[in-house]
Amino acid sequence: MTKDGAQPALLQVVGASKSFPGVQALDNVHLDLRHGEVLAVVGENGAGKSTLMKLLSGIYQPDSGEFFLNGEQIHIASPRHAQELGISVIHQEFNLMPDLTIAQNIFIGREPRVARLFLSDRELNRKAQELFDRLGLALDPTSLVSELTVARQQIVEIAKALSYNARVLIMDEPTAALNDVEVETLFGLIRRFTTPTTGVIYISHRMQELRAISDRITVLRDGQYVDTFDTAPTPVSHVISLMVGRKITGEQRPATAPAVGETVLSVTGLSTKGLIKDVSFDLHKGEILGFAGLMGAGRTEIARAIVGADRSESGTITLHGKKVSIANPADAARLGIGYLSEDRKRFGVLLERNVKENVVLASLVDYVAALGFINDRRIEQTAKSYVSTLRIKTPSTSQLVKNLSGGNQQKVVIAKWLARDCDVLIFDEPTRGIDVGAKDEIYALLNELAAQGKAIIMISSELPEVLRLSHRIAVMCEGRLTAIFDNAEATQENIMDYATRFSAEGTVKQG
Amino acid sequence: MSTTTVQRRSLVTNLRGSLQQVLAAASLILIFIFFSIASPYFLLPANLIGILTAATVTGILALGTTFVIITGGIDLSIGTGMVLCAVMAGVFLTYWGWPLWAGVIGAILFGGLIGFVNGVAISVFGLPPFIATLGMMLVTAGLALVISGTKPIYFKSTPDFQNIMNLSLIPGARFPLGVGIFIVLMVVSALILGRTIVGRYAFSIGSNEAATALSGVNVRRWKIFIYSFAGLFVGIAGVLAASRLSSAQPTGGQGLELQAIAAVVIGGTSLQGGRGSIVGTVIGSLIVAVLTNGLRVTAVPQEWQSVVVGCVILVAVYLDMLRRKGA
Repeated sequence: MTKDGAQPALLQVVGASKSFPGVQALDNVHLDLRHGEVLAVVGENGAGKSTLMKLLSGIYQPDSGEFFLNGEQIHIASPRHAQELGISVIHQEFNLMPDLTIAQNIFIGREPRVARLFLSDRELNRKAQELFDRLGLALDPTSLVSELTVARQQIVEIAKALSYNARVLIMDEPTAALNDVEVETLFGLIRRFTTPTTGVIYISHRMQELRAISDRITVLRDGQYVDTFDTAPTPVSHVISLMVGRKITGEQRPATAPAVGETVLSVTGLSTKGLIKDVSFDLHKGEILGFAGLMGAGRTEIARAIVGADRSESGTITLHGKKVSIANPADAARLGIGYLSEDRKRFGVLLERNVKENVVLASLVDYVAALGFINDRRIEQTAKSYVSTLRIKTPSTSQLVKNLSGGNQQKVVIAKWLARDCDVLIFDEPTRGIDVGAKDEIYALLNELAAQGKAIIMISSELPEVLRLSHRIAVMCEGRLTAIFDNAEATQENIMDYATRFSAEGTVKQG
Repeated sequence: MSTTTVQRRSLVTNLRGSLQQVLAAASLILIFIFFSIASPYFLLPANLIGILTAATVTGILALGTTFVIITGGIDLSIGTGMVLCAVMAGVFLTYWGWPLWAGVIGAILFGGLIGFVNGVAISVFGLPPFIATLGMMLVTAGLALVISGTKPIYFKSTPDFQNIMNLSLIPGARFPLGVGIFIVLMVVSALILGRTIVGRYAFSIGSNEAATALSGVNVRRWKIFIYSFAGLFVGIAGVLAASRLSSAQPTGGQGLELQAIAAVVIGGTSLQGGRGSIVGTVIGSLIVAVLTNGLRVTAVPQEWQSVVVGCVILVAVYLDMLRRKGA
């Protein structure tokens, strides 16, 4: 594989493709990691970064494509095989066992033994200490992982990866939970790791960090390879424009001007313990307010805090001019706020129950006669009317919801909240897992609902979807609201710009 | 996707849905035929009524616990809880001299109270149902002994108490009132599970608790309600068990909860929640009772009875899992 007699790349991916039912997650993607470099891989949500990493760590098998390590072709059969090849991956979610010690975690599955049968803790701890000394880490092999801060757990993960004598280290958003000082420690560790025989693939959205740590950047978009370039001379705006690069045609924008109806919902200074910091916005009658942001920006968390599914620490919610307190989703439903979860199967529908039971789930008390008996005939009427107005494709209202397509399941959830007579609907990724044709139907339905005077919050990770439907667009980053744009002034570029404003002071731009 | 495939699939699903019940009913009939051939005594009316009588107490426990299991929960305290309710009936009627009706209602409500405490422990304090009701099992077993002073309580001041179970509904023949109560409870609980908001929410919670809560249903409150409701059945079973012997026995009861759960599971109710039926539970209770009785009249040593019932449970649950995998 040597080209022009030069040294082969440390790790090279040629034309990797991977599809899942209904999605082409990766399409002919290239990547080459040189010896001694940190290569950043960037892309929007759904660009294919995670899929690529899963191919490299042996979790998925590619549909096609070739992989080379030091010029030699490899087939990564399993995570274990990846490790044996010297490819170590640090996933966003740690794979540590909290109730074991640091040393036990690092050497899990290859514990030193005495007489084949007995574990030797002394030997184990000695080996761990040796590793830490080599890496210059101040870790106590005998502390329990559950007692460590997230940052130190991160470091344990890295130490574990390095203990396999990894040549290629792949890190997926490693700084998501770290503060500035911890990030510096991490970068120190990465720099120490990168020697002429090793390399790091670093996935992140944080442009400043990429500047600090990476040598080159590879951009992916919609599962395809876009470009690779040196980090130093490239302006951030160029990277962002490559990340979002699709063209949006004019007619996909909302035809109507933003509705200036009365304010229905007003959120002021909303904060939660975990993520959300001081979020304020207004939602008007007949309006679709889009929420854009990267994965983990806190959009879903805002929705859950508004409907009382998660506790909020501070902040007030005003509905139709009156301050309300919402302790749980039952309160929210009573006030007419419905939340349609991003994870339909887990939080939206009852898969094993039929259409009509799902449609009336939130409003069942309206169908109860004396002694708690349910009026099934009226339920049937209600369900039938929603099946026809929302054009739900189902042979009957007695069909189990699991037998419906994703789009029709979503319509069942919408019907559930309409049956409850909600004024405020919060859609979290309304078209996730829904095929392309059905998406347009859901879009039409959202527009119709807004035209009827519902106030709608729509959270979406797909920028074209946000731009197409929303009258206004709220942008979030790390739990803060960084901007609110009118649709007319919003572009993919400026949304992505505000979605990556990781600075703590972050002034809010009001549009 | 065309409508016809959806329709066909739904038909298949519906068939599969009732398969477990059909299977259970068919096995009941098979067992029945087998024992009627194997023993001349089996089909005697007295023996058949004996089977129903034997099924009454665990059957009623199974009816109540069906609701709990459909929510995805479990109640291990029903056997010993029932014993405590029987003892409380003795306390109310014999020690405190309450009139018969008040003592009976008191004992039934006491069962509801046990269920309420379980429900609060699970819903409010977030204990896993297994642990919460395991604790309650030990508490109720102990309290029954403490309160009764480890001795049986006889219903001396209310001799009519024993009629609740034993009074014959048909003059001349022996058809105990207790069996009649069991049958009425079957119908009532089938109606409640199938036709009321209680049953509907039990299924919703069992199929997807998070989605039900996010739909604005106060899941905590409903779970407390359902555990309390199932507790009423524990109270009724306790009254009938005491009535049957005309005395409240402070021991025993341990193991009954497992027999009741076995009946529920054999009847096709899923321990994961979301699926189940009262018809299934009734058939399941009868299968356990018929097996136990049949083995006795065919003179199979008693030790073998639980071996057979155990195997029936394993086969029944395995079939249920096959069905789920196929669906």
